[in-house]
Amino acid sequence: MNLTSFKVAFFLAYRQVKRSNIWTTILIVFVMMLTFLNLVVISGILVGLIQGSEEAFRTRYAGDVIISKLIEKPFIERTTDITNALDTMPEVKEYTTRYLQGGSVEANYKNSIRKDNEIKVAAGGQFAGINPEKEDRLFGLSGYVIEGQYLSNDDYDVIMLGANLLYKYTPIDSPSFRPLRDVEPGSKVRVTLGTTTREMIVKGIIKTKSGELDQRVYINAGQLRQMIGRDDFNVNEIAVVVNKDVQPEVVRDKLLAEGFGEHAKIQKWSEAIPQFLDQIKTTFALLGNLIGSIGIIVASITIFIVIFVNIVTRRKFIGILKGIGITPETIEISYVFQSIFYAVVGSAFGMGIVFFILKPFIAAHPIDFPFSDGILVATLGGTLIRALVLLIATILAGYIPARIIVRKNTLDAILGR
Amino acid sequence: MLIQIKNLTKTYSDGVVETRVLKGLALNIDRGEFVAIMGRSGAGKSTFLYQMSLLDHPTSGEVIINGKNTETMNQKERAHFRLNTLGYVFQDYALLPELTAIENVGLPLLMQGHTRLHADKVAKDALERVGLGHRLNNLPSQLSGGEQQRVSISRAIAHNPEIIFADEPTANLDSESSKRVIDIFKDIHKNGQTIIMVTHEEEYGRMTERTIRLADGVIIEDKKN
Repeated sequence: MNLTSFKVAFFLAYRQVKRSNIWTTILIVFVMMLTFLNLVVISGILVGLIQGSEEAFRTRYAGDVIISKLIEKPFIERTTDITNALDTMPEVKEYTTRYLQGGSVEANYKNSIRKDNEIKVAAGGQFAGINPEKEDRLFGLSGYVIEGQYLSNDDYDVIMLGANLLYKYTPIDSPSFRPLRDVEPGSKVRVTLGTTTREMIVKGIIKTKSGELDQRVYINAGQLRQMIGRDDFNVNEIAVVVNKDVQPEVVRDKLLAEGFGEHAKIQKWSEAIPQFLDQIKTTFALLGNLIGSIGIIVASITIFIVIFVNIVTRRKFIGILKGIGITPETIEISYVFQSIFYAVVGSAFGMGIVFFILKPFIAAHPIDFPFSDGILVATLGGTLIRALVLLIATILAGYIPARIIVRKNTLDAILGR
Repeated sequence: MLIQIKNLTKTYSDGVVETRVLKGLALNIDRGEFVAIMGRSGAGKSTFLYQMSLLDHPTSGEVIINGKNTETMNQKERAHFRLNTLGYVFQDYALLPELTAIENVGLPLLMQGHTRLHADKVAKDALERVGLGHRLNNLPSQLSGGEQQRVSISRAIAHNPEIIFADEPTANLDSESSKRVIDIFKDIHKNGQTIIMVTHEEEYGRMTERTIRLADGVIIEDKKN
């Protein structure tokens, strides 16, 4: 095999593709494109399902750095020192503090003589005392209100419920988790926080698809402090958003360097993600690759059949090529070049669709999974690797039938025997 | 002596019946000869040509060209030999449908390692020589049968082979086109080209220098015209 063989092979392949039936070419390229999309999109959506959840965790709940109480402490000690430190850091864009307190919400309590099978109480609900305007500014929470209205800083005796606390959105009925029934914006509920019980009005229902947020009851921080008799400013959670182009670990490390790690758990957002999400992500990636591998096998067989049929119908011309002195290797390479053409063009169209249509579209209109806004995860590097895998599979699928036919007797090929 | 054929046999078998098509042929052909191989249908003339021209392997015997026993060559050497030493004209033209006339003719030259520019120039000259200078960029489907056969002849001569093998080159052509094809062969032969042509048409056989007549797989006549 020499350079001349490659040149002639390219010459033959180019002419054959250029002057072949346009619809046949379109069909083959279309098959390649679908195969490529199968490879990239299926695994991309599966991974994106979890990544969407992680994104929600960061952009709606944790920010870039999340500071939480130590497990053995009831709150973050020296909160004021931490917030003062954050105030002086140029890397920090803004932060918000949250008080967390266990409590309960009871619906329909006025007309209730509870029967055993009538579930009205959201047991173990966690109340979050927040600054509504700040939360909204940092995390856009008002955009996730699905019923009623978002809290304002002036609200009093008003709460906002996470959707997971309502049976309507979480139709689960188990002894360990009893969501509220018949609750909607405007409903009066009985709220118990510590030793204080008050009647409050449900102002809105929020659904962020971030588990931490959707299981909380929101109330203005001031009223929560009042109800639980808190007279210091030690909070349970501080979510910090850093400036653009600042790595979260910069802020985390600065806080740790100042010794706040002894009083609070300081993590960048990715460290705080629940471990099961990472495990699911790995599993889904594996599943995606498995499905993709099946796609590769199907694509290889498809290309094999397409090239084989193409070669069988052109057997006479292959015989002629051999007859006039074109080497078998040259003819085989010409079919490999054709396979490369189909794979490259199919992948190129596929990449175009992924990066210019699907990815932006799904980013703008995430897939509405119950627990996540699914996005399409497709990195350029990962996509190129899949294109390369498809290319190699296609080359093999093109080469093998070419070799089978080209090695047949020259005269039999010419005479069609 | 350019070609030596020694005790050439060819037997086809379908697993049940064996058919002996060539039965121990022997002959010599000198450089520059224009030879017609004639005979009735089924006489074995095309089969004989295929063995001589390295398109097929004989069952036994030797085909020696330029002193080299072609049966000892491997597939790659045979391809190389066909490319550089032989030219072919087939009954059904055997042009590649996706290549234009000039590309069909230039293909063997590209395989020989010539540049595209050189291949195009030589192919153009060869096509002009057979009167197709105005059809360079036409695909075979855009040419008449006679024109396609002239392209096929151009392809056979363009790379300047030592021997041209032609298998019934006029069989699919009308009389006018046939006459033209034979005239081209005569013209090429005048320049010293060795041509071995299978034909069943007596008229064209007589136009060659030598006629070898086959019947039932054996040579029954070998005469100078």
